[in-house]
Amino acid sequence: MANKIPRVPVREQDPKVRAANFDEVCYGYNMEEASLEATRCLGCKKPRCVEACPVSVRIPDFIRCIVEGDIAAAAKTIAQDSLLPSVCGRVCPQETQCEGACILGVKGEPVAIGKLERFVGDWGREHRLTLAEPAPRNGHKVAVIGSGPAGLACAADLAKLGYEVTVFEVLHRPGGVLQYGIPEFRLPKKEVVEPEVENVRRLGVKIETDVVVGRTLTIDQLMDEEGFEAVFIGSGAGLPRFMGIPGENLNGVVSANEFLTRTNLMHAYDQQYDTPIYTGDRVVVVGGGNVAMDAVRTARRLGAESSIVYRRSEAELPARREEVHHAKEEGIDFRMLTNPVEVLGDERGWVTGVRCVRMELGEPDASGRRSPVEIPGSEFDMPCDVVIMALGTSPNPLIAATTPGLEVNRRGCLEASPDGATTREGVFAGGDAVTGAATVILAMGAGRKAAAAIDNYIQSKA
Amino acid sequence: MFQILKKTQLAPAIYLMEVEAPRVAHAAQPGQFLIVIVDEKGERIPLTICDYDAGKGTVTIVIQAIGASTMRIAALEEGDRFADFVGPLGHPSEFIHYSPEKLASTKFLFVAGGLGAAPVYPQVKWLAEHGVRSDVIIGAKNESLVLLEDEFRALTPNVHIATDDGSKGYKGLVTNLLKELVAVQGRRFDLVVAIGPMIMMKFVALTTKELDIPTIVSLNTLMVDGTGMCGACRVTVGGKTRFACVEGPEFDAHQVDFDEAMRRQGMYRTIEERKRAIEAERAAGHKCNIGL
Ligand SMILES: Cc1cc2nc3c(=O)[nH]c(=O)nc-3n(C[C@H](O)[C@H](O)[C@H](O)COP(=O)(O)OP(=O)(O)OC[C@H]3O[C@@H](n4cnc5c(N)ncnc54)[C@H](O)[C@@H]3O)c2cc1C
Ligand SMILES: Cc1cc2nc3c(=O)[nH]c(=O)nc-3n(C[C@H](O)[C@H](O)[C@H](O)COP(=O)(O)OP(=O)(O)OC[C@H]3O[C@@H](n4cnc5c(N)ncnc54)[C@H](O)[C@@H]3O)c2cc1C
Ligand code: SF4
Ligand code: SF4
Ligand code: FES
Repeated sequence: MANKIPRVPVREQDPKVRAANFDEVCYGYNMEEASLEATRCLGCKKPRCVEACPVSVRIPDFIRCIVEGDIAAAAKTIAQDSLLPSVCGRVCPQETQCEGACILGVKGEPVAIGKLERFVGDWGREHRLTLAEPAPRNGHKVAVIGSGPAGLACAADLAKLGYEVTVFEVLHRPGGVLQYGIPEFRLPKKEVVEPEVENVRRLGVKIETDVVVGRTLTIDQLMDEEGFEAVFIGSGAGLPRFMGIPGENLNGVVSANEFLTRTNLMHAYDQQYDTPIYTGDRVVVVGGGNVAMDAVRTARRLGAESSIVYRRSEAELPARREEVHHAKEEGIDFRMLTNPVEVLGDERGWVTGVRCVRMELGEPDASGRRSPVEIPGSEFDMPCDVVIMALGTSPNPLIAATTPGLEVNRRGCLEASPDGATTREGVFAGGDAVTGAATVILAMGAGRKAAAAIDNYIQSKA
Repeated sequence: MFQILKKTQLAPAIYLMEVEAPRVAHAAQPGQFLIVIVDEKGERIPLTICDYDAGKGTVTIVIQAIGASTMRIAALEEGDRFADFVGPLGHPSEFIHYSPEKLASTKFLFVAGGLGAAPVYPQVKWLAEHGVRSDVIIGAKNESLVLLEDEFRALTPNVHIATDDGSKGYKGLVTNLLKELVAVQGRRFDLVVAIGPMIMMKFVALTTKELDIPTIVSLNTLMVDGTGMCGACRVTVGGKTRFACVEGPEFDAHQVDFDEAMRRQGMYRTIEERKRAIEAERAAGHKCNIGL
């Protein structure tokens, strides 16, 4: 029986070594390992894994191709549903999606769907597999705002349908969070992100960086002066939240976005680059999501003793399980059920520590989660030089504020129908800008749905 | 794109550059800034938009070489290109939304300290184009650092100079000249716009608070993205945290916590000093042995 084989372990960099470098942690499967792991899949008739994947990747089908040794066919199978297998294979929260539902997981270990997807994606790139050709132009122009997964996916699908697409990106490098947020050691930029962006360019998509929509150009100008018939907004959710506690503006308190942007986008960890970064000797990161894990592991790599402070318990950590596991291996100190109440500083205004209280889990709230409550009198101080706030982000209000007729909800997210139509005719949106901070695969899926809706919209007018 | 078409030296270590950037030139308004990256390894450096010409598609910047990055920018020559040049960023000055009546009845006084002349210039120019002659105080350490005097005089007759050492115009601080204009000469001002070093803005704010004149300052905080994504630029205004890059850079001077703003500006000072020392070593042709 195929399922008697244990899940094939994946080779990883030694934790002691990797805690001091920015090279990728996980090496991924080679052909042999992938073939063996692929044989574990039962090829279910009603595959639960597919139902649990937000874009319904044909999982048993692509895995069968691996078993048969036809990796190109596997790549083509995945490509029907996902445009970024090398990325999603690395960053999807598989344990709550595809792998979380795999039938093998009921009694043992689920099939390593993510690792297999990554293997196929990487193989395709290394073998220069072309999955789509530029289509003949259909004479219609569409503008895409933001070059994150939502924008790239939308642009790629439209280009395949023959649209002339221009992506406008405010930063100097395309990729959105894949470029500025998720660190090199989890998602290599030169090897993975840049080739994915290049693939989109190869379809004829133009990417114009250094353009702030809402300031350099408005959506009205794009439509009225530059001849774009429809616009897709994939501007993400980049606005960082702070706690509003005393001492938060001391020198040494930064948002995770700032810390990660300095290291990833600006390469501050590399002395060849000009952008500075400050970690001191001890860093405390507040939060428990992927962003917090990325920040704390980055701080560790920059040489600081690093801790996570999170107000719920370990079971509630929203980060991918693999990241929590890797962080622990790298020597990150986890302080669960702990909440900062004040950042402490010296007379010069620099951080010296964080005052925290201990929490306990109270009654379940409306969402069914047990909400943490403070234990009175449990204050204690954690000495540190840097505090990184990783408390979540919300959409940047700039585009909504400069586009008449575009409505947002009370969380600042753009109002949009399931296919991405906003309250403004011809303007579509998707990804984090609509949902608030979510995942790469959801953003990509939303971009693709909107591309189909934009095609419908333009064809119905023509 | 982003080619330097013209470069002139205005003062020691201060240069003016006219840069080809049609989209920025088309959208720019007084009060806004931009971010430049000198080359692939460069950092994102915020600079004021000093002038813009939508017709020619050019933007003028003024740069003072004070650190590693600004020195590298200052070393660029005509014909060279910036890797990146993004903007305009931030809100335009509020007065561009005034009604014509309000514009005509408002008496403006601009206080430009040192490099502050660069952001003040497009504001005075915009007002001149709308029929308003403002007063301008240009403050500098000494005569050689008085910037854009002729340019200002072409826009308004009311240009006052103050130098610390008295080598030109009034001898003393801009705040004293400001007091003199109001208290001794009996001039009335409805709005003061002060732009320059943080310390100067702080003292202008204290002075105008005493004189009860509403005052605007433009905050040159540290910045990374300039789009509201990182919070490096946060300042406390009226007790609330604000992001200077998207909610500013101009704020009500009487609400700004200048002491905090000055402290936050120095966040990377020691790192920057070390970097500068390394650059200097490199420039001198030594092998870097400072130890990273
Ligand atoms: C540190 C970090 C780690 C994460 N880890 C994971 C993970 O492991 N797994 C996972 O699935 N998800 C993860 N996420 C979430 C995931 O990255 C996002 O949900 C996803 O990137 C959203 O895609 P998007 O295209 O909607 O937006 P983004 O990726 O945010 O892209 C938006 C782009 O639009 C640009 N933009 C914004 N405003 C403008 C404007 N006015 N004009 C022009 N351009 C503009 C931005 O610069 C940006 O490049 C992580 C997020 C972060 C921050
Ligand atoms: C909205 C805005 C507009 C600006 N306009 C101009 C302009 O038109 N022309 C110009 O030359 N500069 C301007 N600046 C300042 C400019 O961005 C800084 O001088 C530059 O980032 C310093 O980089 P550096 O590597 O050369 O110096 P660094 O080595 O980083 O710094 C040198 C010294 O200057 C201090 N410093 C660092 N950043 C700033 C800052 N933002 N403001 C003041 N002091 C700082 C440091 O603490 C250090 O002591 C502006 C800044 C902002 C935020
Ligand atoms: S896209 Fe993500 S959720 Fe879907 S199969 Fe691939 S790894 Fe699993
Ligand atoms: S549920 Fe598991 S075993 Fe079944 S098809 Fe999906 S991956 Fe294969
Ligand atoms: S500079 Fe990053 S938010 Fe203002």
